[in-house]
Amino acid sequence: MADALLKVEGISKRFGGVVASDNIHIDVRPGELHAIIGPNGAGKTTLIGQLAGELAPDSGHIYFDGQDITAQPAPVRAALGLARSFQITSLFLDFKALTNVVLAVQPNLGHSFHFWADARNEPALIEPALAALKRVGLEHRAAVTVANMSHGEHRQLELAMAIANRPRLLLLDEPMAGLGPEESSRMVAMLRELKREYPILLVEHDMEAVFALADRITVLVYGRVIASGDPATIRANAEVRDAYLGEQDEEFVDG
Amino acid sequence: MRFVTVRNIVVAALLIFLALVPIYSTMSGNMFLMTLFTRIVILAIAAVSLNLIMGFGGMVSFGHAAYLGIGGYVFGSMATEGITSGFIQWPLALAVCALFALITGALSLRTRGVYFIMITLAFAQMIYYVAVSLDKYGGDDGLTIYTRSQFAGLIDLSNRVVFYYVCFASLLGAIYLVWRIVNSRFGMVIQGARSNDRRMQSIGFPTYRYRLTCFVIAGMMCGLAGVLLANQADFISPATMHWTRSGDLIVMAVLGGMGSVIGPVLGAVALLVLEETLPHIISVIGGALTGQSMAAAREYWALVLGPMLLLVVLFARGGIDGILTGRHRG
Amino acid sequence: MLLFIEQCLNGIQLGLLLFLLAAGLTLVFGIMDLVNLAHGSLYMLGAYFAATFTALTGTFIGGIFLALIATLLVGMAVEVIALRRLYGRDHLDHVLGTFGLILFSNEMVRLIWGPAGLRVALPDWLLRPVEFIPGVFYPSYRLLIIAVALAVAGLLYFMVMRTRIGMLIRAGASNREMISALGINIKLLYTFVFGIGAALAGLAGMMQAPILTVQIGMGENILILAFVVIIIGGIGSIRGAFVAAILVGLIDTVGRSFLPEILKLFLSNQAASTAAPALSSMLIYIVMAAVLVLRPQGLFPAAGK
Ligand SMILES: Nc1ncnc2c1ncn2[C@@H]1O[C@H](COP(=O)(O)OP(=O)(O)O)[C@@H](O)[C@H]1O
Ligand SMILES: [Mg+2]
Repeated sequence: MADALLKVEGISKRFGGVVASDNIHIDVRPGELHAIIGPNGAGKTTLIGQLAGELAPDSGHIYFDGQDITAQPAPVRAALGLARSFQITSLFLDFKALTNVVLAVQPNLGHSFHFWADARNEPALIEPALAALKRVGLEHRAAVTVANMSHGEHRQLELAMAIANRPRLLLLDEPMAGLGPEESSRMVAMLRELKREYPILLVEHDMEAVFALADRITVLVYGRVIASGDPATIRANAEVRDAYLGEQDEEFVDG
Repeated sequence: MRFVTVRNIVVAALLIFLALVPIYSTMSGNMFLMTLFTRIVILAIAAVSLNLIMGFGGMVSFGHAAYLGIGGYVFGSMATEGITSGFIQWPLALAVCALFALITGALSLRTRGVYFIMITLAFAQMIYYVAVSLDKYGGDDGLTIYTRSQFAGLIDLSNRVVFYYVCFASLLGAIYLVWRIVNSRFGMVIQGARSNDRRMQSIGFPTYRYRLTCFVIAGMMCGLAGVLLANQADFISPATMHWTRSGDLIVMAVLGGMGSVIGPVLGAVALLVLEETLPHIISVIGGALTGQSMAAAREYWALVLGPMLLLVVLFARGGIDGILTGRHRG
Repeated sequence: MLLFIEQCLNGIQLGLLLFLLAAGLTLVFGIMDLVNLAHGSLYMLGAYFAATFTALTGTFIGGIFLALIATLLVGMAVEVIALRRLYGRDHLDHVLGTFGLILFSNEMVRLIWGPAGLRVALPDWLLRPVEFIPGVFYPSYRLLIIAVALAVAGLLYFMVMRTRIGMLIRAGASNREMISALGINIKLLYTFVFGIGAALAGLAGMMQAPILTVQIGMGENILILAFVVIIIGGIGSIRGAFVAAILVGLIDTVGRSFLPEILKLFLSNQAASTAAPALSSMLIYIVMAAVLVLRPQGLFPAAGK
């Protein structure tokens, strides 16, 4: 698979006795949305963390655009074009929504050792930030302090920050976590839009959304890949049914 | 943005007052006032610099007074060795401060939270003991400095009015510098790292080097305050960087309000004026209440100040600035 | 060689005192997540109580016993009146609030005991040096300090690891909800833990009282050494505090007495005697920096922190 943009070769990660990643091989190709599903505690967030550079795998390699990035720290990977969103919202709560996105734009303009010029009204920062807010439908909330926004808006803002980062690949960790049905369907529409523009690695619990959006699905259980393929194959896979889809009702209670 | 607010009026009045202190002092002959306010202005510089890392950068340094001492000792030891030119003394003092900040900051910033507080405290204590052991420069007793910094006859620091205005100009410069930094791209990174360092990293900022740079800048600014302080006192001793002095600087910043550039100036004025006047107030009130002379009560002003700090922490986290603007933190 | 043994004993003694201070700090931090700068004030208070009660009762042991109880009570009172309100707030609030407490207690002590330092006299039986290895004499009082501190360390270890209270303490460090769910009064537990920490600090202060002058601010510098101990040992770990305390005590004491000789091997006499005092006072901080580089969480990072 020479044409894969992101390629993960056999990464493993243990936390004490817990094997959170067990020799995982996956890849994301240009133009595709690759979804990762699996029950709670399967190791999906841990996988994203290793891809984004927050966690170091115990073994294995990660390649982005042909380059081995396993040893690169998170900021370097972000600069290369890997942008992630967080399952548990991780925003600048005491800043305005616009400032959150402005911060995500800023690294695109090179280093930030600029001590003198006023950054508060710099068009090079503000304009792309407003554009990203607009993409997710938050432009009217630009001046609101994030702590005062709703959970749904936080999820949208997460996405806006990922886009504003000028990514070459999006790593989205459960963008629909905690959203109501209506907000969810709006989010699905938004992801469908984004999918045209960016390759996406999507971790998601919402099966309906996953089967509607994904080009490829990988199923993770106890840190291990138990199946991978197009949506129809996964739906038909007996092992997946047993391990996961069959017990959906229980698994999704605490989604 | 409204410009005519209670806060801005108070700040403007304070700055005008500070600008007029020498004139009033000279006319009334009240030299004590000028000495007091020279000290206040100098320590305000230190508090403003601390607030850059603490208020904006979230780096609670409990060792900031170390830079007062380093600045003072570099100046003092050079003067003792016969190098009296300020053009050499001052840049060298700032360079030594920068070096100390770079080394201790590089180590301290590897840690977070309480560790950071304790480690900065420990490094400052280390420098304190080094100064104590410097027998050549007075050791525990401190070092008397016989010549103030010379600026080739351009500025005469032994003139009290000139000296005051040099300090005042330095304060204005420090405030302006911090204000520029805070609103620049660099300042955005610093504040972002305070708010959510993890997210900053994942967005693409290697925050460590930005925080370290900020730490060094603040150290140098405080070093300047140290040079001025030693010039004013004609004296420097380890006591200048005792850890309780670092505590005082934190108190100034928090009391004044960490949310704004000017807050620490308010805090410095409030704390030091209080320190001067509280003993009198206590003895007057005490005397009125008991009908007896309460001259002895003057000594115990810290009995009031201590609990007052606790009350500020519990009920007025935005400090004076927060009260004036109606903003409250926490 | 004799000098070396003696210095090592002095180092161990300092280390054990530091451990008593650091144990309380680390307990309070590990369990209540409170940074208590005023811990040194409790050390000072212990010494003052010892001075008062030994003079009052006329016996050293009786005085120490009363002083211990008094410090415990003061500690619990301070927790109930003031510090309790700081739990759950950010560390800067702790720093400021307890800094205020230091100012307050220094003035309070000045008000009660006056500005002059006090001395505590030792009974005769503690003044005689003992020959505990043939040819090596060591002050019996210092040996007593070592013995008492070791006993307390053992007791503390037993209490935290083996008793029901200790179980609660360990659970508190990792799982607040669980203890509340068990119906245990967490407020009371916190007050108790703080009291224990205070008593330990007080004990350190009162044991130093006969050696040093009892004076205002005596707890402030040693408090910072206790911080260094905690940083090296790992915040929240009693075992780490013990190991690091002994390490710091030994390095500081032995370093101060032998560094000049060691430096003379490399430098001229003149240079060595100038550099040695500065370097030996930096020694433990250099050790601390080295530990930080290698293990930013300290030698024994407490689990879950
Ligand atoms: N920092 C950590 N320390 C210890 N265990 C962890 C840590 N992060 C995750 N785990 C464990 O690893 C497993 C996978 O967690 P996670 O990646 O969050 O799963 P998912 O996102 O699929 O729900 C879980 O058992 C979790 O408890
Ligand atoms: Mg997850």
